Amino acid sequence: MSLLKHPQVERLEDHVSDALKQEIGAEKLFSIAPFSEEQAELTGSSDYSYWRSTFRAFRRHWVAMGLLVLLLAILVFTFIQPYLPGQFDANAITNGENGLPLKNQPADAVHWLGTNSIGQDLWSRVWAGTRNSLIIGISVALIEAAIGILVGILWGYVRQLDFLLTELYNILDNIPTTIVLILVSFLLRPGMTTIIFALSITGWIGMARFVRNQVLIIRDRDYNVASRTLGTSTWRIMTRNLLPYLVSVIMLRMALSIPGAIGSEVFITYIGLGLPIEVCSLGNLINEGRKLMMSPNLRYQLIYPTIILSIVTVSFYIIGNAFSDAADPRNHL
Amino acid sequence: MLKYLAKRIARSLLTLFFILTIVFILVRQMPIEGYFPNFEKMTQSQIDNGLHQMGLDQPMTVQLVNFFRGLFHGDLGVSRVYNRGKPVWDILKTKIPISIQLGSMSILFSMIVGLPMGIHMAQRKGKLPDHLGTAFIVLIQAVPAAVYYLFIQLYGTELLQIKLRFDPGDWRSWILPVLSLSLGNIAYYAMWIRRYMVDESTKDYIMLARIKGCNERRIMFRHIFRNAFVPMAQYLPTSFLNTVIGSIYIESLWSIKGMGGLLVDVIHKQDNNMILGIVLLFACVGIIGLILGDVLMVLFDPRISFTKKGGDGA
Repeated sequence: MSLLKHPQVERLEDHVSDALKQEIGAEKLFSIAPFSEEQAELTGSSDYSYWRSTFRAFRRHWVAMGLLVLLLAILVFTFIQPYLPGQFDANAITNGENGLPLKNQPADAVHWLGTNSIGQDLWSRVWAGTRNSLIIGISVALIEAAIGILVGILWGYVRQLDFLLTELYNILDNIPTTIVLILVSFLLRPGMTTIIFALSITGWIGMARFVRNQVLIIRDRDYNVASRTLGTSTWRIMTRNLLPYLVSVIMLRMALSIPGAIGSEVFITYIGLGLPIEVCSLGNLINEGRKLMMSPNLRYQLIYPTIILSIVTVSFYIIGNAFSDAADPRNHL
Repeated sequence: MLKYLAKRIARSLLTLFFILTIVFILVRQMPIEGYFPNFEKMTQSQIDNGLHQMGLDQPMTVQLVNFFRGLFHGDLGVSRVYNRGKPVWDILKTKIPISIQLGSMSILFSMIVGLPMGIHMAQRKGKLPDHLGTAFIVLIQAVPAAVYYLFIQLYGTELLQIKLRFDPGDWRSWILPVLSLSLGNIAYYAMWIRRYMVDESTKDYIMLARIKGCNERRIMFRHIFRNAFVPMAQYLPTSFLNTVIGSIYIESLWSIKGMGGLLVDVIHKQDNNMILGIVLLFACVGIIGLILGDVLMVLFDPRISFTKKGGDGA
């Protein structure tokens, strides 16, 4: 920096600027910028912040931003919908004028999406189902991530554990999920907690393996070897060196495990182990709708839950991908 | 290599032993009501008698030893409820072929469609075909399979004027189940090959090939595609062997008498021998698939070797 302030340099600057003026008369187009120490410092040090850059990069992805807003709106709406005026209880059976339940009523001003085969309001059921499915999806993703990341990092980083955990993985991975799910549903009462528990205890294995493979890739990079040589504790290496590097891939995986869990719930309901029918979810709504799909004028009972399910899962998928791109420091420039 | 394989197989047998033991113990945690259809009306002595006949009153270790002794002689036992008195293997034998046929056709179809699709997308990265392909992939991967299978069945049968029930003799009824099974794989293959080719196309050896004046077609197929195929080769045996498992959705939607859903069915019925037979089959398939995949990879890529540990671990 001091070199630039040297009188000789200033003289040189003047000289060049004079020469430019004379030769191409470029005074209007170019001018020599005056030296300012503050400006020079700005390029030298950086005020780079990882999360700020991540959010800036994410905001540029307008499709994902739009879907994020949509998803948040859906999430909020599922919670306030029961308190809005003119709503039915999701489990209440509406009786018609003749005192009998209004079965399979097409959409009208009272029942916005019609009623189902036993006379419950489909609009309320769809939103209650979306709420429960989202709760299931998000809880499972969080639990899966917590266990999976912890086990995965230990598995990938601590060499002594590798053999043990790999063999354990081979065994657990080969035990059919269905047996575990059925046993859980025998031992516990069917309900939201049971299904979240069942999906989490079968889901963390995949997450752990994923994290382990990612850790293996970076475990022996120079900066980690350097840390080890300097005597950094394993815990500190795991939380300071490995985890931050893996944020983007783990976030992607988590964002994808939400639609995954919502899909698994549909599957579990399909094999007859889902939530009891009075706790609606997108899974049992779709399953109910499936039974009626062969009569064209009742197909709406399958189509409405399907549409909302698709919107939710596709949104999570796209947001997850966009966020993982944004969280990759290589995309921050 | 042979020594490595021998060691690997020995370890797999150990894994298999643990899997079977754990599942055996899990299965015996099922409630005893499930073994008797009219449990409420039975007296205690009848229940004890029933359990005794099934050998469930013996200590767990004795049951385990008996099971493994039978297994060692190639005897999986007989079905208890599903097809009363019939040996487990005889039941499985009738169900496996249709699942393998469906699954293999679907894998071949997905490769024929998915790989060219991915290559096409990579070649026109950022243009319309790429965007359309990406939209397809996102849709297929995000929407649960259960949902689009239903719609394919619903509208496909109307379109082709065929019955909802699968008929192995009629070639038209194969179209929709195979198509449904393939969509996920098509998306997977296309996404995978596209990403690989895009990543690979900036590497030095590709640039060298361009400088030498190779045409793009040759670069794509001789260089990039061949390299991209190596990791895929690893999963090939697993994907073909896994067709044995069948698809629970597809087979129940179209009433196909295959392996899909059989496991769930026999677990519901608490048919212990059937459960263990199927678990044994699936676990074997998984383990053999992994070993074969590794062998294939060594054969395809001379840089990979079992015996020497990679120098830089890359």
